[in-house]
Amino acid sequence: MKEQLHELKEQVMEKIKQSNTVKELNDVRVAYLGKKGPITDLLKGMGKLPAEERPKMGALVNEIRESVTEILEERKEVLEQAAIQEQLAKESIDVTLPGRPVELGNHHPLTRVVEEIEDFFISMGYEIAEGPEVEKDYYNFEALNLPKGHPARDMQDSFYITEDILLRTHTSPVQARTMEAKEGSAIKIICPGKVYRRDSDDATHSHQFTQIEGLVVGENIRMSDLKGTLDLLAKKLFGAEREIRLRPSFFPFTEPSVEMDISCFKCGGSGCNVCKKTGWIEILGAGMVHPNVLQMAGYNPEEVTGFAFGMGPERIAMLKYGVEDIRHFYTNDIRFISQFHRAEA
Amino acid sequence: MLVSTNWLSTYVDWNELSVEDLAEKITRAGIEVDGIINRSLGMDNIVIGYVTDCVKHPEADKLHICQVDVGGEVTQIICGAPNIAAGQKVIVARPGAVLPGGMKIKKAKLRGEESNGMICSLQELGIEGKLVPKAYAEGIYVLPSDVRAGDSALRHLGLYDQVLEFDLTPNRSDALSMLGVAYEVGAILSKEVKLPVISYKASAEKAQDYLKLTVEATEDNPMYVAKVVKNVKVAESPQWLQNTLMSAGIRPHNNIVDITNYVLMEYGQPLHAFDYNRLETKEIVVRHARVDETIVTLDQAERTLNDHNLVITNGIEPVALAGVMGGANSEVHEGTTTVVIESAYFAPGSVRQTSKEVGLRSDASTRFEKGVDPNRVVDAAERAAQLMAELAGGEVLGGSVTFDELDKTPERIILSPDYVNNRLGMKIPMDEMKSIMDRLQIPTEAINGQLVMDIPTRRQDLRIKEDMIEEIARLYGYDEIPKTLPVGESTPGGLTPYQAKRRIVRRFLEAAGLSQALTYSLASPKDAQAFALETAPVTELLMPMSEERSVLRQSIIPHLLDAATYNVARRNESVALYETGSVFLGIEEDGLPKEVEHVAAVLTGKWVNHAWQGESKKVDFFVMKGIVEGMFEQLGLLERIEFTKATVEGMHPGRTATVWLGDTAVGMIGQVHPTVQNERDLQETYVMEMNLRVILETAAEELFYTPVPRFPSISRDIALVVNSDTSAANLEKIIHQAGGKLLKSVQLFDLYEGKNVEDGKKSLAFSLTYFDPERTLTDEEVVTVHSKVLDALTVQANAQLRS
Repeated sequence: MKEQLHELKEQVMEKIKQSNTVKELNDVRVAYLGKKGPITDLLKGMGKLPAEERPKMGALVNEIRESVTEILEERKEVLEQAAIQEQLAKESIDVTLPGRPVELGNHHPLTRVVEEIEDFFISMGYEIAEGPEVEKDYYNFEALNLPKGHPARDMQDSFYITEDILLRTHTSPVQARTMEAKEGSAIKIICPGKVYRRDSDDATHSHQFTQIEGLVVGENIRMSDLKGTLDLLAKKLFGAEREIRLRPSFFPFTEPSVEMDISCFKCGGSGCNVCKKTGWIEILGAGMVHPNVLQMAGYNPEEVTGFAFGMGPERIAMLKYGVEDIRHFYTNDIRFISQFHRAEA
Repeated sequence: MLVSTNWLSTYVDWNELSVEDLAEKITRAGIEVDGIINRSLGMDNIVIGYVTDCVKHPEADKLHICQVDVGGEVTQIICGAPNIAAGQKVIVARPGAVLPGGMKIKKAKLRGEESNGMICSLQELGIEGKLVPKAYAEGIYVLPSDVRAGDSALRHLGLYDQVLEFDLTPNRSDALSMLGVAYEVGAILSKEVKLPVISYKASAEKAQDYLKLTVEATEDNPMYVAKVVKNVKVAESPQWLQNTLMSAGIRPHNNIVDITNYVLMEYGQPLHAFDYNRLETKEIVVRHARVDETIVTLDQAERTLNDHNLVITNGIEPVALAGVMGGANSEVHEGTTTVVIESAYFAPGSVRQTSKEVGLRSDASTRFEKGVDPNRVVDAAERAAQLMAELAGGEVLGGSVTFDELDKTPERIILSPDYVNNRLGMKIPMDEMKSIMDRLQIPTEAINGQLVMDIPTRRQDLRIKEDMIEEIARLYGYDEIPKTLPVGESTPGGLTPYQAKRRIVRRFLEAAGLSQALTYSLASPKDAQAFALETAPVTELLMPMSEERSVLRQSIIPHLLDAATYNVARRNESVALYETGSVFLGIEEDGLPKEVEHVAAVLTGKWVNHAWQGESKKVDFFVMKGIVEGMFEQLGLLERIEFTKATVEGMHPGRTATVWLGDTAVGMIGQVHPTVQNERDLQETYVMEMNLRVILETAAEELFYTPVPRFPSISRDIALVVNSDTSAANLEKIIHQAGGKLLKSVQLFDLYEGKNVEDGKKSLAFSLTYFDPERTLTDEEVVTVHSKVLDALTVQANAQLRS
């Protein structure tokens, strides 16, 4: 029986060695250690042995069973490891294959510019004011110190619908409407929106374009406040190192009027093709609200002053992003629109 | 306005600066100098030549072989100009010269004959063709005989000059004259202005003896001055005058016309010269035209007039369109001997209207339109008379024929320094302000701490205190203004709920994969109402620029479809675009159209395109529907929307739905009709358009937290066979009603029609989830409610259960 046992052990060891998979190994375990296996049979046959041999043989059987179990476990460990390795090897991929794109849409570049400006002024306590795109002559011109017969309100230059109604030529009527509605109280607003002029569309003209204007009205609003505000805006839009300069200009609705230039963001002021060798780029028009405009909206210009400024998001986008043709903004070519979603800095 | 810096220096001494610095200073003070034109354009080696001999080239019909004295040396030059002749003094570009445009002059052989340079036209020296005197427009320029061969031709032509290009704002009409520019430059540089000295010897004869003046239209013509000059000899102007006019962008004609133009540029006062004898009646009557009266103007065009057009007549018929253009019948010509000089003030509005109506804008009309200086009307006439005496040998008759009701008193403006400083945010001392006024030559006195200023009539743009603040600030320097921020009560600022929600809609649609488009509000009449949610009378432009952009849109979809077609035609085959913008419906009580903000979208091509992993999906109705539902979910309105099948023109009849928000139809979604798709060269295309205003003005459901479930839910799946026309929404409604409170959610997970399902039927499978937030549901409870659901489906929807 002893020999039988040892022979059995040898046999099992051999089988374990030959097992190459966890399943085969498991079959060996079931075959030898299972309820119907030879070791169990041997244990069952113990009863036939003389009583004094039984403990000895029992110990031997247990010893063999334990050592077989142990080796089985060791082998199992090895085979499992191998199986995992094999699986991992099989699962290996080419990590350079393209990822599954996350298909996001883009906002329009003009919206990007407008929202950047809106958010900047919101942080300084401004509200956003909007108004109709089809406007009364009164708000578009008359209330802005452009009385009937003024050369700037030529029928040729504006899209009229009737003699008194037209597509607004600037967003300034929103200022006029806001001043009228506020009935003499202080104002800090930004007015973005679409405007229309009777121009043929070409690389630098569009019959429809956008504007964004600002208006501050209150007691003791000074031209230096306008300059300080515009300086912050220029730095926000075109970089902290930008300098501004104001040049006298003319708008019927402001007096004094200014045009603002920024130091060229491309060459820093030394002169290049962007700034046409001058070191400066014209960005916006502004001024102190004309007393006639204040008066028509019910403010007393002796007591209340204000400043206003306005710019074209198209121009700003063209400068910032190097866009050469204004028509790109209205063609809606996906290859164009899809370029303006990512971070800039 | 073109300002020759040579000419300028006769009125103000700017020469201690470079032209560049002068331009910069002028720009910084308020008149933008757009450019500096160097008229010599880097040319050199261009001399005066004397053609001693000129014979036809034996080998070429159009060429001549000339022997040209270029100063101590006679050289052979081949010339192709038709007007070349022996005895002429001409412009010669010698070998080594470079002409504008880059042409290099070299010795050459032309058809076998040596040519040592080129005889030039003015155009070849960079002068615009429209400025070249007509006599020389088609050939070389011929100089007067008294010039010396070998001298610099550029110097003789006044081309060593730099010209400033002014971009004038409409208020600065004072700078439409050299004197006005001189006052501006004088103020900037603190320099004196040297005015022309007018002096001539008048004849004993009086103008009144020659001419009778009657002004009938006194409102449109409050001042009229006429002078008479006799015995003039009409000829070419002296070279300096021609040069000066060309530098100012004016073509020389003859001495009389050139003098009127010279004075126009010098004083900003337009003048007109009539041939006295051609007036015939010895009379000038200024009146309004009669309806349908005609005049042939100097450009030989016949103009039909109206009764508000101001005309100068000889008492019988118009001889000039006042302030706009002279008449051909009274034009100065070679044989003219007696000239009437007209200097007048015509009302700006009248000239503007006439100029616009007849489509003529001239140097004269642009100045009258802005209002000329009342105090220069007489001076300009006298200056022209003087020049006609000096340059045309004329005899100026004594006095002038005058009508004058024009107010010439200066405006007085009183200003306190505090008023200025409070508005600028500065502390400029009063004497500094006074000294700025002195530089501007605005008579100013300081009285009781106030500045009392009498504004000269040449500065018609200075009318109110704020105008004077600008004058002070711009000459003190805008750079000196400090940078501050408004002080006072701080305000919260921010977006309105409407504006904030509009941004949410945009961000959601972009996150969903749609890009923002921006299309035109103006559309063609054909597209104006296509796909509109609501139609109203179309708003039309009075004067559209094209049919395509003649009316205001009532739907955004047509232009989005245009954008889709544009992209597809350029192989951007998958298009996902949205737009928010206004549509314009009819006219409201205040006369304006009803403007309503809409949101619209278009989808065509692939929705998912990840080919190498086999993922690719075309857009379909449910992609668009999911986007719309997602948008409403973001706005807290998902529970309140419903889709019902709809018929809309231009849309696929089986694949279009109306979107309801409560009881209001707020939008439309569906596939574009295949016929329309074909017309627009599009494949399967889906669109939606919603009334964004109504949606954003609807308050969202209150955002309040629902406890996270503590008890498990139980799911049961059911498969139903129903008639094909039974809607999924209807089935869900039945399930919800029967399931009551315990039914937490219903989800469709399968839809099948075809094999194994009877014709006219379809199979749907739903997963129902039951849940009680207070406790774990028992099996019996679920069975009870679930069988109620099944019964309801059988009874109400005639549904058969599939095992």
